[in-house]
Amino acid sequence: MSRIRDNYEGSRWRKFRRWLDGEVDLLALGVEVSEPKEGPQPGPATQALPVPGPAKPLSAAARRHRYQKDNRGIRPFRKAYQLMSVALCLGIISVLLWTVSYLPAFGNAGNPDNNEVSARYIERGLQETGAVNIVTGMILDYRAFDTFGESCVLFIASCCVLVLLRIDATDGDKRSRKRLEEANDRLFEPKDDIILQKCACVMVPLILMFGIYIVLNGHLSPGGGFSGGAVLGSGLIFYLNAFGFEKTGRFFTERIYRRVTLCALTFYCLAKSYSFYTGANHLHSGIPLGVPGAILSSGLILPLNICVGLVVACTMYAFYTLFRKGGM
Amino acid sequence: MGAPFFVNMEETVSIILFGVGFTMLLLHQNLIKKIMGMNIMDTAVYLFLAAKGYINGRMVPIVVDGVQDVSAYINPVPSGLVLTGIVVSVSTTALMLALTIRLYERYGSLDLDEILIRVKEEEMI
Repeated sequence: MSRIRDNYEGSRWRKFRRWLDGEVDLLALGVEVSEPKEGPQPGPATQALPVPGPAKPLSAAARRHRYQKDNRGIRPFRKAYQLMSVALCLGIISVLLWTVSYLPAFGNAGNPDNNEVSARYIERGLQETGAVNIVTGMILDYRAFDTFGESCVLFIASCCVLVLLRIDATDGDKRSRKRLEEANDRLFEPKDDIILQKCACVMVPLILMFGIYIVLNGHLSPGGGFSGGAVLGSGLIFYLNAFGFEKTGRFFTERIYRRVTLCALTFYCLAKSYSFYTGANHLHSGIPLGVPGAILSSGLILPLNICVGLVVACTMYAFYTLFRKGGM
Repeated sequence: MGAPFFVNMEETVSIILFGVGFTMLLLHQNLIKKIMGMNIMDTAVYLFLAAKGYINGRMVPIVVDGVQDVSAYINPVPSGLVLTGIVVSVSTTALMLALTIRLYERYGSLDLDEILIRVKEEEMI
């Protein structure tokens, strides 16, 4: 049940259902006046449970009776539902397998997906983008707006999670304070675990360095902004687990997160808009491609990789902190 | 009969994985398990894309020693598509988990049936 239709009370199915439940007799269908309903209470479930009172339209006994009636058909319904869903899945699998049996053979060079598009990327990619890694050259130069969309998807997802899970501590609301107390899981885990901290002292610099290496070498070797950013984010999460929010809060607050993400996305957008504008109008962009294989080469790909890596690392870290504590 | 499935074994496996994930999505009442099923479906799609991009006996598309012949490298396009898929699946998973946390806070249960019953109860008050 996702959302009740606006005219659900007046719909034919609702009338039929009421008649079936014996709430209303058939003749009075059109003239029955529904009681004004209260909105759902914004509390935890225990508060929201029905409390029998004189103002309520139904007594508790009548409601229970109706639930029993409602739940009468649930068991056979569930059986039928499970059978039908298994049948549906088997049907989908068999149709898709039937399709697979018509696909061209695996690993064959003459397959129709190995067409002139990929040939062009492979043959001209090094000259046109300057990137040794053809996949990076493809996703950050030929199809860079696609990658920009991906970064924005990540950013929007982290914003949505922020909206859903953030607990505003300054808010004097009783409910949010209660949620904050519940979310404060530092109470239940060992503080200042010496083994974890020593391991983190050794591992975190290595992990961060590896992540930076992956980001910076995205155009030369396998890797790039997304994978390197994920490594960086996991290093930050490790550091947070070992040393707690007080230490990470010194250099990574919500304001920093917002600024870094926004600056990275804006720079990406402006840089790529410039290069697409000059490219489309046959202007000289003035961005040197450099020597293929050198770290400072391939034009805009290196800065764009850094931007994407920053966005991904911040998003991973933000996801973790939001899920754990409801804030950074 | 089974010959085309063994020729395209990777695709077959990915279709079966997809079906497993879809079945989990339909049969489990627990919301976390539904999300797991969704992730299995995502993985099946990555496997399918990666399998379509592979060509026997060729290298990853990273130019080595200046060789720029088409016959030396695999198809780079599906690799980029897999990247897009991974990013989108991470985002949707995070969003679904956040929604699940809020649902749990509101209704005190992860079971979809129980949540629906609670919603119905609240409507009837």
